[in-house]
Amino acid sequence: MQKTLFDKIWDKHVIVTKDDKDLLYIDLHLIHEVTSPQAFEGLRLKNRKLRRPDRTFATMDHNTPTIAAHRDVISDPLSAEQLKSLADNCAEFGVTLFDMESEYNGIVHMIGPELGLSLPGKTIVCGDSHTATHGALGALAFGIGTSEVEDVFATQCMWQTKPKTMGVKITGKPADNVFAKDIILKLIAENGVSFGTGYAIEYYGDTIENMPVEERLSLCNMSIEGGAKFGIIKPDQKTLDYIEGRLYTPQGEEFEIFKESISDLYTDDESLFDKIIILDVTDLKPQVSYGTNPAMTVDIDSKFPEIKSPEDQTAYEYMGLKPGMKAADIPIEFVFIGSCTNGRITDLRIAAEVMRNKTIADNITCVVVPGSMQVLQQAEQEGLVDIFEEAGCEMRMPGCSYCLAMNEDRIAPETHCASTSNRNFEGRQGERSRTHLMSPYLAAKTAIEGRISLG
Amino acid sequence: MDKLDIVKSKATVIFKDNIDTDILIPKNYLKSTKRTGFADALFAPWRYDETGKPIESFPLNQTANQGNQILIAGENFGCGSSREHAAWALQDFGFKVVIAGSYSPIFYMNYLNNLKLPLILGRAEREALIEQNSEITVNLLDKTVTAGNLCFSFEIENVYREKLLKGQDGIEEILEYINLIEEHEKKYAK
Repeated sequence: MQKTLFDKIWDKHVIVTKDDKDLLYIDLHLIHEVTSPQAFEGLRLKNRKLRRPDRTFATMDHNTPTIAAHRDVISDPLSAEQLKSLADNCAEFGVTLFDMESEYNGIVHMIGPELGLSLPGKTIVCGDSHTATHGALGALAFGIGTSEVEDVFATQCMWQTKPKTMGVKITGKPADNVFAKDIILKLIAENGVSFGTGYAIEYYGDTIENMPVEERLSLCNMSIEGGAKFGIIKPDQKTLDYIEGRLYTPQGEEFEIFKESISDLYTDDESLFDKIIILDVTDLKPQVSYGTNPAMTVDIDSKFPEIKSPEDQTAYEYMGLKPGMKAADIPIEFVFIGSCTNGRITDLRIAAEVMRNKTIADNITCVVVPGSMQVLQQAEQEGLVDIFEEAGCEMRMPGCSYCLAMNEDRIAPETHCASTSNRNFEGRQGERSRTHLMSPYLAAKTAIEGRISLG
Repeated sequence: MDKLDIVKSKATVIFKDNIDTDILIPKNYLKSTKRTGFADALFAPWRYDETGKPIESFPLNQTANQGNQILIAGENFGCGSSREHAAWALQDFGFKVVIAGSYSPIFYMNYLNNLKLPLILGRAEREALIEQNSEITVNLLDKTVTAGNLCFSFEIENVYREKLLKGQDGIEEILEYINLIEEHEKKYAK
């Protein structure tokens, strides 16, 4: 029987079907300090064991300070308690933890792929909505709530209703200043913040085939911003090259066996998708968000649209902007380069290339937060850290940082931030903060130019 | 946990689309390691002014709305972050049912997993309920919403309806299949 890539992986993991839901076996469970403590507590209350500690990996990311000197003693007692609680829970239940001291520490969606934990064909869950990131490697990966985290702890399984599948076909060669971030923002701007609700999205087409793996991770990362819990891309030679030789990737002969086991991971025919959306990116321009959800996004040189609903009105008031203005009119004061969307080494290379031998504008504070210790180390080796620091940026330690502002990193009220993160919701980067989503390339340009501009 | 079959209450109305989980409960309330104690945090950014004082006009602060167990909202309710704290905050505040046009898939499961009902009704039906402004009866047994002379039926996946009606513990339900899980692990996940 012909099947989609998504259905092939799904069907292999179904333990049992009950009415309209399937019991799915989970190959990899990634956890962090914010959405796991209540689930561990649930196990203790019922005197249950964690079924597969060998398939559960933990990191500290949401609360961790990015200023090196603040990592030893965390000043916020609640953050400190949450991090300690994760360490205690991992010790009690035998889970491998990449804590702040670890050379493998980083944002949960960074470390899965870079350590070879996230692999094609696997089912991967995490108590975090950006888990679709891992789907870029050909895995079935999705975000879950804490009750489900507890289910997986106790049984390595969870109930799921199988979603419909949507093919998102991306075609054309994008311009040199256009990246995966622009593509996903454009998709959401055109189709709305809930176009993917109820669907698993498979991204395919010539643009995807030519896209480097780390760009694919950025693309799948923001599937949830379009309403889809799952985003997936067919594993190909690029994927195999990317995963080979990583810490937890099968080695030698086992890798050959693994490759063989995933050789059928592709959609047999695009007519199998329940729905298809096509986007030609040949003439796509860099994208910038102006409002309070990711669909409120325009081309860099387009005017912000007219007010059509009370939501638009509220968004403009919150952002302190008006219809008819353009991205270049936004008084940017802060630039954030980082997050699980754009905190990878490729993102930092792109930003550093823009900043090489240049200085950021006087009105700008620019902070670069690598997604993981591995990325930081690589950036140091390649001289990227020197480029950022010579340009006047502040280089930090890894973490979620200004993307959700749960640690001490916050954008001041009413300050406009050019940000490579994934959400521009009210208060997302700090109380009354104003976020403008964009690619690392445009964020770096903005830091140099002092306003949103390609220079 | 309590099962849910019939809920009778007036509704609090926050009729906006895309109410995200950062609004339902901002990050500064996510540092707790408990499942309860989030009632005061619900809708905090819209509920309190800069000094932390309740904004009188906000629906959650209005005297007439106190004790309501039903919340009526717009489309794509609960979008954004997967934080189950949003479901816990709604529950702690007393909302057993949300009536929206659609939900983010992660929030939908989170609310169900706390044995609360994310009910889906069309815009016209929700507008009629808002206009009626009387006590609403949500009946999961026959899948209807009634208020005065209004009566609408709604759809919900059969398994989730059963879960709410029985007040089922998710893990117990999975452990019924432990033999099949062990079999799968022997074959594919040693």
